[in-house]
Amino acid sequence: MEKVFTNLTTGGPISVYVEDGKITRIRPLQVPEEDYPKPWTVEDKNGKKYSPPKAMRVAQNIMAEKNRLYSEDRILYPMKRVDWDPDGERNPQNRGISGYERISWDEAATIIAKEIDRLAPRDENGVFDGHAITALTGSHHNWGIVGYKMAPFGRFFSMLNYTPILDNPDSWEGWMWGAPHMWGFYWRLGQPEQFDLLPDAFKNTDMIVFWSNDPDSTHGIYSGQESNIWRVWMKEMGMKCVFIDPFYNYTNAVMDGTWFAPRPGTDTALAAAIAYQWIIDDTYDHFYVENRTVGFDEFKDYILGKEDGVPKTCEWAAEKTGIPARRIRALAKEWASKRVAIAGGVRGGEGSACRTAYGTEEARFIIALAAMQGFGKPGVSIWGTTMGAPADYTWFPGYAEPDSQMGKSSAANTKYAASSVKQRLYRLNYPEDIMNGKGEFIGDGFCGQSIEQQFVQHEYPIEGKVKMLWRYGGSFMGTMTETNRYVQLYRHVGENQLDTVINQDCWFGGEAKYADLILPACTNLERNDLGEWSVGGGYTTHAEIGNNWRVIVREQKCVEPLGESKSDYEIFQEIAKKLGVWEQYTDGGKTEDDWAEAYWNISELSKRMSWEEFNKKGYYIVPVPEDYEEHPAFRWYYEGRDCDTQDYLNPKIKAVNNMNTMEPTENSKELGTFSGKIEFASESLKKLSPEDNERPAVPHYIPSWEGHETELYKKYPLQIISPHPRFSFHTHYDTHASWLDEIPCHRMIIDGYAYWIARINPKDAKERGIKTGDIIELYNDRGSVLCAADVTYRVPEGVMHSYGCSAKYDPITTETGATDRGGCVNILTNKRWLSKNAPGMAPNSCLIEVRKWEC
Amino acid sequence: MGKAFFIDVAKCSGCYNCQFACKEEHCTNEWLPIAAKQPMTGQFWLKVEEHVEGTKPMVRIHYIPVLCNHCKDPACLKAAKNGAVYKREDGLVIIDPEKAVGQKEIVDACPYGNIYWNEELKLPQKCTGCAHLLEEGRVPRCVDVCHTGAIRFGEEEDFADFIDGATVRMPELGLGPKVYYRNIPGRFIAGTVYDPEEEEVIKGAKCHLTNGVKTWDAETDAFGDFWFRDLPRGLFTLTVEADGFDELHFPEIDTKGNSINLGDQPMNRRKA
Repeated sequence: MEKVFTNLTTGGPISVYVEDGKITRIRPLQVPEEDYPKPWTVEDKNGKKYSPPKAMRVAQNIMAEKNRLYSEDRILYPMKRVDWDPDGERNPQNRGISGYERISWDEAATIIAKEIDRLAPRDENGVFDGHAITALTGSHHNWGIVGYKMAPFGRFFSMLNYTPILDNPDSWEGWMWGAPHMWGFYWRLGQPEQFDLLPDAFKNTDMIVFWSNDPDSTHGIYSGQESNIWRVWMKEMGMKCVFIDPFYNYTNAVMDGTWFAPRPGTDTALAAAIAYQWIIDDTYDHFYVENRTVGFDEFKDYILGKEDGVPKTCEWAAEKTGIPARRIRALAKEWASKRVAIAGGVRGGEGSACRTAYGTEEARFIIALAAMQGFGKPGVSIWGTTMGAPADYTWFPGYAEPDSQMGKSSAANTKYAASSVKQRLYRLNYPEDIMNGKGEFIGDGFCGQSIEQQFVQHEYPIEGKVKMLWRYGGSFMGTMTETNRYVQLYRHVGENQLDTVINQDCWFGGEAKYADLILPACTNLERNDLGEWSVGGGYTTHAEIGNNWRVIVREQKCVEPLGESKSDYEIFQEIAKKLGVWEQYTDGGKTEDDWAEAYWNISELSKRMSWEEFNKKGYYIVPVPEDYEEHPAFRWYYEGRDCDTQDYLNPKIKAVNNMNTMEPTENSKELGTFSGKIEFASESLKKLSPEDNERPAVPHYIPSWEGHETELYKKYPLQIISPHPRFSFHTHYDTHASWLDEIPCHRMIIDGYAYWIARINPKDAKERGIKTGDIIELYNDRGSVLCAADVTYRVPEGVMHSYGCSAKYDPITTETGATDRGGCVNILTNKRWLSKNAPGMAPNSCLIEVRKWEC
Repeated sequence: MGKAFFIDVAKCSGCYNCQFACKEEHCTNEWLPIAAKQPMTGQFWLKVEEHVEGTKPMVRIHYIPVLCNHCKDPACLKAAKNGAVYKREDGLVIIDPEKAVGQKEIVDACPYGNIYWNEELKLPQKCTGCAHLLEEGRVPRCVDVCHTGAIRFGEEEDFADFIDGATVRMPELGLGPKVYYRNIPGRFIAGTVYDPEEEEVIKGAKCHLTNGVKTWDAETDAFGDFWFRDLPRGLFTLTVEADGFDELHFPEIDTKGNSINLGDQPMNRRKA
């Protein structure tokens, strides 16, 4: 007997077909035609109207969701490392080498509770001092408000008063650490609002410059393939497209754009030359620059060379970028003659170019170019082409909203909002900080509260050193920088060693095999939850505008948890029981369904559909209001009006009525910078970081600390970029879904082993005797990684491309040390920050050599 | 007349939805009597091929979904014993998962390489057109998940317009393939012209291409680029004219091996 369940993933809503307790197939959410509300309509310049298809366009990896659920990589039982004895020898040096024995849940919970009791003593009121325990998660191995990391994980560790490890904004570093100093939007972590830019572009934009952006591959992050049709329509209506990317990306392949391939790390030089050309041609928007910006004269002095004696001409940029000066000039002139939207990353900002040395400057230069052409004017914007569809904006909590986090929600009687411990670690530094027993860093990672937050000084330790590391979801070997460090930490022996390592996950990721205890979690297809497609809430307000249809889904348990796996909430309950704090942890015994119902009822949407009906039906598609009014992003700023978008975290407007109504304040005409205007010369940097020549007040082209202008280039003459992947998501789906191994642009099976793909230009390949399908070794002084070669003109000479998110870390011992054949190219990348005061990672500033692997 | 697949290559974005969905339908499910389980890896009842042409910055890419052609006159059917391969009334060609056990010659008979050998079951296997779904009034999974409408499925008579001008794979074999393709791009010839004295690209230059049989005309765009798309394979002659410049002439451009990017070509100013 077939049953159909609804559920939700990082790539969209699904219908799950189950027979005899086993999933037969998973399809994009199947909605009967009559259940679709009236779609939105947008118009192009010629009055042609467009409405979305009545279908849910989920991300392609979701087609392998069943494959991933039943993966051979699933962790099915609690396990303990055989030579880890919490009462005796712990043998950290053997992590990753010694095997595991299966233990019961009761044993696992007992051991963990004992370790927590040892490391986190309680005071007379039962309050834990958990500073010796640290824990961190990956992102998005599952979806759902009740089960997401901020809920069960967040509540548990806040209750313990643990030492948090702050996340770095790993996908948009340059925008986080650069853009707020130029246009504010710190409440969006540096990224722009995107409201109503789809209708604006259709009606008013002549050309789109995709700058380090491949939206067909990166899906507006969580919006699946919803926006693909928008770009197809734009192609049909004759929209001109330019792609600036060292890689001939997938969106370019669809859009037939004009390709500019600057050397990695020189995007800023290209932008400076465009600005130069506009200044000498006098083709920028004087009114805007005079009335909406400050500091243009200082910027102009830099561009024209008055500051440093070097005019930033197209000839100057040609030497840096490798693009002929005449071609840069042609781009500048064409751009100035048209209304241009810059797609500077998948949600406006992001893109691999902002994850390079001095990536702050790239992000600021994109804003500078947009400002010179008066962005906010019809058709002129910073628009990633993945958001900005009309929607009903009735607020519904995403998982990152305080009200939907188990520890903070108004639905909780007892709140565990944050750890009381003062010390923090940082994801980019914690391996060496823990090993050294000390460390320091600046900034709060996600600095969404203020510009000043970027300069908060952190020191470790304050309360004391950490002794336990609890990892949950994902693997950093494939995503952070110089990632052998993360392995070294696990195996570090001595005073600062980790006594206890726990890994809680659904799959054996690259890091699981370094744990002392492994806890099997189930996926969100094996438990109840609810969530909204694409909407994480928090810093990206109203991400539903990345979808054609706004869908809230009741995530229904489709099958029993595999093996002895449990939901994360149940796992923490097992341990809470042993600690005697189950009542506190569960807020008096709340079940997952109790939380789900409470979150549904927090939103006004519950007035349109009761919990009972939603629970039964499985989804609610929120119709676009009949009287929908467009309020395009930045138009208010361009026209000098109060902000009229639904950007409810904007502190210059006041969100009332449960985030549903925006009221102006006396500052609502302003941006979030110190001056309230766009700052070509940053007031905040002048005040807060005046001596910083690596992120100066005016954005500069600064030669990369690991690029073609360094000494190291002679030894390692290939620049490798490792952008976000097309067929997997973070480290998820890769490896755990074997069908991805057979996508020849993802992995390639050679002699029975699925190697990660690395792309190389035919000339570079020929010089090294490399053919497509060869196993190749990518190496530099930091390490060595094996990949399968894809010899292709998609990359220019001197550049290699390999996605940065391998889930598999599989070191093999060779004469030269450890070589990873899992494909974690981030082992090769430099751990150095964007710049001394910009604590972001720069994996796309990396020099390597490559050779054919002779095994 | 009967069922056929209709694939518009111009609409394919290389998302691989179809390849995934095909595996999902068949790798862990068996749909007897139409299909036994497909092994988890190694077989591609539908496979997406990626084709990259040209060199920086004139690169173009297209994707071709490849699957069983459900031929009118199938070579596999002739090679099969005991009626192990049969043609349904609707035209779909099915390998009987019971009768075909041990008949490896069915794999070898397909000139397109679209039949795979299941070593464990000793069985030849391939695309069934999701015949097991058609009875429920549904479409093949690859069609169901194609978000651009690049792959469609239906009665040939309903797609007469599509078939007119469509191509099939290896038509010379005369097997009557029922997977029709449109818009598989031909070769391209592209390049950029510029004025080396002014270091400027030349816009609006008139480009004239011929292969002796046919001629094509184009103008350079805002970047000085010219494009001739969808060309046959062979030898071409190109001339480029721009006011005030000496004519450029390229006598033997050969597209047999690949599309051609002529690169950045300087045009000299005409001497007075």
